[in-house]
Amino acid sequence: MLIINMLSKDKLVEIREKAKQIRKDIIEMLGGCGSGHPGGSLSITDILACLYFYKMKINAKEPTWPDRDRLILSKGHAAPALYSALSLAGFFSREYLKTLRQIGSSLQGHPDRTSLAGIEMSTGSLGQGISIANGMAIAAKLDKKGHRIYCIIGDGESQEGQIWEAAMHAGHRKLDNLTVILDHNNLQIDGKVEDIKGMEPVADKWRAFRWNVIDKVDGHDIEQIIKALDKASEHKGSPTIIIADTVKGKGVSFMENNVDFHGKAPNKDETGQALDEIRSCSCEF
Amino acid sequence: MNSKRSEATRDAYGRALVDLGNENKDIVVLDADLSCSTKTSSFRKVFPDRFINCGVAEQDMIGTAAGLAASGKIAFASTFAVFGSGRAWDQVRISVAYPRLNVKIVVSHGGITVGEDGATHQALEDIAIIRALPNMTVIVPADATETYKAIKAVAAFHGPAYVRLGRSAVPVISEDISGEFIIGKSILYRKGSDVTIIACGLMVAAALEAADTLSKEGISARVINMHTIKPIDKTAIIAAAKETKAIVTAEEHSVVGGLGSAVSEIVCEEAPVPVIKVAVEDTFAESGKPADLLEKYGLTPKDIIKAVKHAVAMKKK
Repeated sequence: MLIINMLSKDKLVEIREKAKQIRKDIIEMLGGCGSGHPGGSLSITDILACLYFYKMKINAKEPTWPDRDRLILSKGHAAPALYSALSLAGFFSREYLKTLRQIGSSLQGHPDRTSLAGIEMSTGSLGQGISIANGMAIAAKLDKKGHRIYCIIGDGESQEGQIWEAAMHAGHRKLDNLTVILDHNNLQIDGKVEDIKGMEPVADKWRAFRWNVIDKVDGHDIEQIIKALDKASEHKGSPTIIIADTVKGKGVSFMENNVDFHGKAPNKDETGQALDEIRSCSCEF
Repeated sequence: MNSKRSEATRDAYGRALVDLGNENKDIVVLDADLSCSTKTSSFRKVFPDRFINCGVAEQDMIGTAAGLAASGKIAFASTFAVFGSGRAWDQVRISVAYPRLNVKIVVSHGGITVGEDGATHQALEDIAIIRALPNMTVIVPADATETYKAIKAVAAFHGPAYVRLGRSAVPVISEDISGEFIIGKSILYRKGSDVTIIACGLMVAAALEAADTLSKEGISARVINMHTIKPIDKTAIIAAAKETKAIVTAEEHSVVGGLGSAVSEIVCEEAPVPVIKVAVEDTFAESGKPADLLEKYGLTPKDIIKAVKHAVAMKKK
């Protein structure tokens, strides 16, 4: 609690404002280009705001700074949220967000590390991110570097076998410079995770794979996310997973918990309504 | 040209890795519980800190290698060819080829000379599925000497590569370890004017043996060692087509999508002449002794000779 007490009210307000801007960007980008994945982008928005504007050591002026922290967005379809955060962090112009999914743009439908500074890994085929993060965490240990590796995965994504291969690997190697955040929004394209292929008790699964588990974290409460991220980086001897309870489509009433908005962009009217809702919201969830 | 010695290409890989490990601290080696078979065990013994055994998890291994490469390491990832290509193909596609990371997938047990383990362990389609990926380099060394040089060459070049090695001992064609090896540049092993045999892997030695026999019968066969399947040496293929007007390809791979297909793609567009493929027909093979399998599935010098005569006859029509 000490750290949270030390975190100024101004900083909390700033992070909430960033999250609000990311939400607006997601809706504007997807509404503008007519395709993309709003649900899973909105569910990780507050987590990304905490990572980019509180936790991660990064330098937009030197994107390949060797000592930077790294984020792998394993659930690559949430790219719009990541692009917005990178733009707000100064990696590229705000204006460039409008090029999402357009021919010739570096803002590909799913992240492409070869075309955009700040993207640590190309992702999109689910389940691959933790293995990448493990490789980066092993490299940091080999080089005796102190930076951390972050990886965001989805709960539908956790049905991929490679997630568990990688979980076993990181647990075995005690990669305590790795924090994985599970965007636990309970939905996947075809419906509820529990109806399609349930993975509860999820916290027990990760504990069984020798991970430090921080669960029951409200993935939209900035103070709770920050506290969990700080606890994770203090933990020694095993990798940490933060199980963040989130709401798919968070912040837009008609998208919340609605699988229809997994991979469907809002139309013109919906875009307007969504932006009105976000603008008028305190975003203090 | 043939020396008397035989050695498995995977053994030369083990030696090359140790030398590379001594030369460059950024070399890391990954394996998926097959280090004694792939010969990465040689590296493991000398550099245990830089050896990462991923257990029986090839998909995770390829991803881990990509993460290491994205952090500046030169990551060699090894397993059997069936697993490094097929089992982990999507990981190779998304985590290695698409982001053009410096991962070297060096696989052993390519082709039917795996032998007794049978069809599940005999990679006959790996060249096809890996060369279909953009940004990939695909190399099939002919012998142990060439393997050593190829491993050094892929370590020196920045980008993804797939190097296919074999389980069984194969004739050492040349002992010249200092000779040049350039990725994408084939080697002319024998001059000839009636036909060109373009081979890779252990079929290079078979091609040379076939050329000897053919020369006694009055057929002058050019022999090219096409060690790099991608990017393929177009210049040498076009020259062979134009100058000898008939081509035979020879590979320890399926007739679908391998060296024969790669050569045909060039010949069809640039200099159409007959191309006859010596390769495994579109089938799974089976358990057996390597030599017996080569015989049964048509990968002997005799089969090359038959194909050459067919190609020469077609040319005359």
